[in-house]
Amino acid sequence: MSHLNARYMRRKLVNKLTLSIATATVIFALFFLVWILWTLFAHGFSYINIGVFTKMTPPPGSSGGLLNAIVGSLYMVAAATAIGTPVGILAGTYLAEYGKTGWLAPTTRFINDILLSAPSIVIGLFVYEVAVHHVGHFSGWAGSLALSLIVIPVVVRTTENMLQLVPSSLREAAAALGAPYWKVVTNVVYRSARAGIMTGLLLAVARISGETAPLLFTALNNQFWSSDMSHPISSLAVVIFQFAMSPYEDWQHLAWAGALIITLFVLTLNILARTVLRPGQESS
Amino acid sequence: MSIETPTPKITTTNLNFYYGKFRALKDINLSIPASQVTAFIGPSGCGKSTLLRTFNRMYELYPKLRVEGQILIDGHDIHDAKQDLNLLRAKVGMVFQKPTPFPMSIYDNVAYGIKLYENLSKVEMDERIEWALQKAAIWTEVKDKLHQSGSGLSGGQQQRLCIARCVAVKPNVLLLDEPCSALDPISTARIEELVHELKSDYTIVIVTHNMQQAARVSDYTAYMYLGELIEFAETEKIFTNPSRKETEDYITGKFG
Repeated sequence: MSHLNARYMRRKLVNKLTLSIATATVIFALFFLVWILWTLFAHGFSYINIGVFTKMTPPPGSSGGLLNAIVGSLYMVAAATAIGTPVGILAGTYLAEYGKTGWLAPTTRFINDILLSAPSIVIGLFVYEVAVHHVGHFSGWAGSLALSLIVIPVVVRTTENMLQLVPSSLREAAAALGAPYWKVVTNVVYRSARAGIMTGLLLAVARISGETAPLLFTALNNQFWSSDMSHPISSLAVVIFQFAMSPYEDWQHLAWAGALIITLFVLTLNILARTVLRPGQESS
Repeated sequence: MSIETPTPKITTTNLNFYYGKFRALKDINLSIPASQVTAFIGPSGCGKSTLLRTFNRMYELYPKLRVEGQILIDGHDIHDAKQDLNLLRAKVGMVFQKPTPFPMSIYDNVAYGIKLYENLSKVEMDERIEWALQKAAIWTEVKDKLHQSGSGLSGGQQQRLCIARCVAVKPNVLLLDEPCSALDPISTARIEELVHELKSDYTIVIVTHNMQQAARVSDYTAYMYLGELIEFAETEKIFTNPSRKETEDYITGKFG
């Protein structure tokens, strides 16, 4: 009995120890997150005004805003999502639903995992080579292409994972009624996995909203208003990079404002992904 | 072994089934009579569900599974190249162990299978759905909430919804794979009643772990063990006077 008791005491101790370590790491992570948010608000909030959303990026020393950068970012993120979503969802569907035999699915999965962890600057360089160097000039489309290459692996992965969570009994039930497999997937499996796939998509959008490296060599930047995707176009991330590095104080202020805008946008997407889509998953 | 039965609906000849290299069914020869309830009993892993799932070729959803031998339904070889797989499954309905309502309304759950093969007007569709839900003895419970989600129903109701969904496409064989194992006794009793009512229109094959259930609902019973069909006869004979010692041991609880 005393032997058992010693074992029990030891287990309790180990439990307490691991629990405290886990709690400490959570606090450690949260501390920096809160610090980042706090710094952004402290520096950026006072510079956010109407001008930021209505004026163009200024030359140093004069007042201006971030309108062209915000619009450029929205355009490129929208285009990248429009390219990446169908490709990602269809490829993820293939991996989860059709690639049960043969070499294509495992190979795709392996390459997708590499792409998922590829540094975004490498993707930027690649797109520079194929879509800027050969074309002869920087463009919004090249930027969108680079961003879409970041979206695709994220969407492929989440789609595959979410589809795998759908119990096979549901597929069997639909197939047992005589539904062809593509109808089983589109009518029943997608419906069950919809919330999860949408969440993955939103997280992918959040991820590319702040990407800078792939845009540096592709969309470049544009100090003036431009909505022409076939020419260099401005983006928040690149403007922040340029302005924050500059010695001009008014540029630095705009960089803080821009950083706060991106963060709030990403934060909103994340909260949306967690709140709006979750209840849908349970009720549907 | 096989015995002569009136008008067979499903006939298997030297049926073998493989999970990869593992032989899960061994030379099954069986004639399942039309418009009767046939129960498959036997201990876990004996192959009763496997056998059931060959009748609508459900195993073909998965790689590395294969069948050898012949299965005839109404005299037609279901593995014939001319046999369309989806049409076969529309004709041979299946209800699973766990209720599987689709993530859509009760109405759409039942309409799903119908829409695959028929183009009904709104009125005809409404009628068919009511008919199917009544067949499955769930109409009175859901008629006021047809447009609510099917997953909001209780387990027993969900299972009857699945039966309604299956019946709605007008199959002529119903395969029930342990349909009551996730249900409470009252829901189980309702499903058993349902099986009794449905057997005039359908050939029903039910897999069950529960011997009392087999005795209550079925006209014929097949006892299986380790992938072999040990004995197949009228349920009354199996339970009162089995001809094989193994069957008797299982029925009386000496084994299993």
